[in-house]
Amino acid sequence: MITKIAWKNIWFKPLNTALSIILLTASVAIITLLILLEEQFEKKFNDNIDGIDLVLGAQGSPLQLILSSVYQVDAPTGNIDYTEAKKWMKHRFVETAIPLAFGDNYKGYRIVGTTPDYLKKYGAEVKNGKVFAKNFEVVVGSEIAQKLGIKVGDKFFGSHGDAEEGEVHDHQSYIVAGITSPTGKVVDNLILCNIQSVWAMHDHGHEEGEEAHDHDHDAAGETHGHDEHGHAAEEGAEHNHKDGHDHDHATEAHDHDHDHAHEDVQISEEGKEITAVLIKFRSKMGIVTWPRLIAQNTKMQAASPAIEINRLFTLFGIGLDALQYLAYGIMLISGISIFIALFNTLKERKYEFALLRVNGASRLQLLSLVLVESLLLCVTGFIFGTIVGRIALSLISGSSETEFKMSFDPLEFVWEKEGYLFLLTIFVGILAAVIPAVKAYGLNISKTLANA
Amino acid sequence: MISTKNIRFSYGKGTDFNFPDIATSRGESLLITGGSGKGKTTFLHLLGGLQRPQQGEIIIEDTNIASLSEKKLDHFRGKNIGLVLQQNYFVASLNVLENVVLASWLATGKQATEKAKELLVRLGLSEHLHKLPSQLSIGQQQRVSIARALINEPKLLLADEPTSSLDDENAFKVADMLDSLAKQYGTALVIVTHDQRLKDRFRNQIALS
Repeated sequence: MITKIAWKNIWFKPLNTALSIILLTASVAIITLLILLEEQFEKKFNDNIDGIDLVLGAQGSPLQLILSSVYQVDAPTGNIDYTEAKKWMKHRFVETAIPLAFGDNYKGYRIVGTTPDYLKKYGAEVKNGKVFAKNFEVVVGSEIAQKLGIKVGDKFFGSHGDAEEGEVHDHQSYIVAGITSPTGKVVDNLILCNIQSVWAMHDHGHEEGEEAHDHDHDAAGETHGHDEHGHAAEEGAEHNHKDGHDHDHATEAHDHDHDHAHEDVQISEEGKEITAVLIKFRSKMGIVTWPRLIAQNTKMQAASPAIEINRLFTLFGIGLDALQYLAYGIMLISGISIFIALFNTLKERKYEFALLRVNGASRLQLLSLVLVESLLLCVTGFIFGTIVGRIALSLISGSSETEFKMSFDPLEFVWEKEGYLFLLTIFVGILAAVIPAVKAYGLNISKTLANA
Repeated sequence: MISTKNIRFSYGKGTDFNFPDIATSRGESLLITGGSGKGKTTFLHLLGGLQRPQQGEIIIEDTNIASLSEKKLDHFRGKNIGLVLQQNYFVASLNVLENVVLASWLATGKQATEKAKELLVRLGLSEHLHKLPSQLSIGQQQRVSIARALINEPKLLLADEPTSSLDDENAFKVADMLDSLAKQYGTALVIVTHDQRLKDRFRNQIALS
C-alpha cells in the first residue's frame, strides 16, 4: 500500500519525475555501456593474445604490428624475409611459431596464408569439409561463411591488398575446402590458406603476366602469319582486333597448365617473404631477451602483444575514465534533482503527511513513504538505463562490425559491476531522500494542522 | 465514550489552558464553543491525540491516551478516533475512494473497499468515487472527509469548525448529517466551533473561556 501511494505520488508530478528518471537513465546508460564495452573489449583483446608471447615482423610501430597480425585490424608493417625468420622460428626457446602471410582479401575479409597450427591456436575446428592442404584451398571463418553464404566447394577470386576495391586476381580462384566452427575470436572473420597459395598468387601473377605477354606475341605472330597467307595486304585495325582475341585465348590456356603444375610442385622458399610470425616460447626467457636481440641482429622487430595492448588500454583508459566521471557527475545531478523534487513538494505535502498521521500512520510509515518514492525513481531509472545502454551497445556493435569486424553482445550481463552500479543507484536514492524523509518523520502534526 | 479530567496544556510563554472536564457517551453530541484564542483547536487536538496535555487524563473507551506511547497512540488514533478538520486534506494523488480506503488500511491493515464505497454512496458521492479530491467542491470534499473519519467506525468523532465555510442551509445540513451519523454508528461526537448558528442545534454545550 505504501508502495502504491508512492507510485501514485511520483506520477502525480510527471515532469519532476520525468526529469529525475531521464537524468538517472542517462547516467546509468553511459556507465552500463562503458562496463559492457570495457569488459567485452578487453575479453576480445585478451582472448586473442592467449598463447602468443611475441610477434615477429617488419620494423615499424610495434602496436601496428600487433594490431595487424594478431587482431587483423591495421595494415601490416611490411614483409620479412622467410629464410631469416625461419632461423628464429627454429630456435630452441620456441615452442610454436606460426607464420602469417597477408596478401589479399575477399569482400573486405582478409585472406591469410598460414599453417593449420593457426586454427589450433584459436581452438577453431573445421566444421564442414577439411583443412586447407593444397594450394588455393581455403578455410573460411564461421562468420564470413554465415554472412556471405559460402559453402564448401565454392570458388571465389581474391582482391589484392586490404581494400575490397583492390585489383582482382582473376587468373586464379580460391576454392573453399572447409568452414570453421565459431570461436568468438579473430579467426571467425578470416579466410585461411597455406602460405604457398599467397606466394603463388602473387609471384604467379607476375610471371604469368610476363609469360602471357610472350605468348601474346607468339600468338599474334602466328595469326599474323596466317593472315599474311590469306590476304597479302591487310590493315592494322584488323590485326589489332585479332591480337586481342588471341591474347585471351592464350591466357586461359596458360592458366590451365599452371594449375596442374602447382598441385605437385612446391614453390621454392628462396627469397620469399612473409608478414609476421606468432611465437609461443618454451622458455619464458625469450620474452625478455628477444625484442632486444632481434632489434640488434636483424631487420625485424619482436613485439609483445601483452605490453602493446596494455599500452593501448592505457591510452583508451583516459577517454573511458573521462566518460565515466561524466556519468557519475550526471548521477550526482540526478540525485540532487530527486532531492530538490522531494524537498520542494514536502512543503505542500506536509498537510498530507499530517493527515496520514491523523489516520493512524506511524512516523516510520511516513519515513518509508518518502524513501520508497525516491527508490522507485532510482529503480525505474536503473532499469531504463540498463536497457538504453544495451541499445546503444548494439548500435555501436553494428558500426564496429562493419568497420573493424568486431561485434559486441548487448545481452551479456556483467553481474558484479552492474550489481555495484545498482547498489550505487540505490545509495543515491537513499541519500537524496534522507533529509526529506527525516523531516516527514519529525513532523509535528498538531502544529501543522493548527497553522493551516 | 470520552471523558477528560483536569487537562492542562501550555505552549510556554504564559499561554496556559485549563480545559473543563467533559464527558460524552456513545451516540451523544457535544458542542464546544469559544472565541478565537480560547484554545478550541488545541482542545480538539488534545482530544484527538495529536497533542499531549502537560497534565490530566483523556479517557476514550477505558484507555488513557495521554499516557500511550507515540506508536501506540498513532495506532489508537487511527482505529478509534475520526477527525473532520477545518480544511480538507487528502493524498492528492489518490482518488476519492482510495483516500477513504487508505484510512481503513492505515488503521487496520485491511482495505475496506466495499465499506468505503457504501459510505461514500450514502453521503451522495456515488458519482465522484474515482475523481481526484481536488476536482470536487468544498462541500463534497468535506463529505469525503466525513466518510474517511467514519470508515473505521471510531468511538469518537471530532469535528473542527465543520460549518464555518458553509451557508446557512448547508451548515445545518452538515450538522444534521454529523449528528445522525454519530447516532447511527454509536459514536461520541464532539464539535468545536465558533459558529453561532450551531448553538441552537445542539443540546450539550460547553463554552471555553
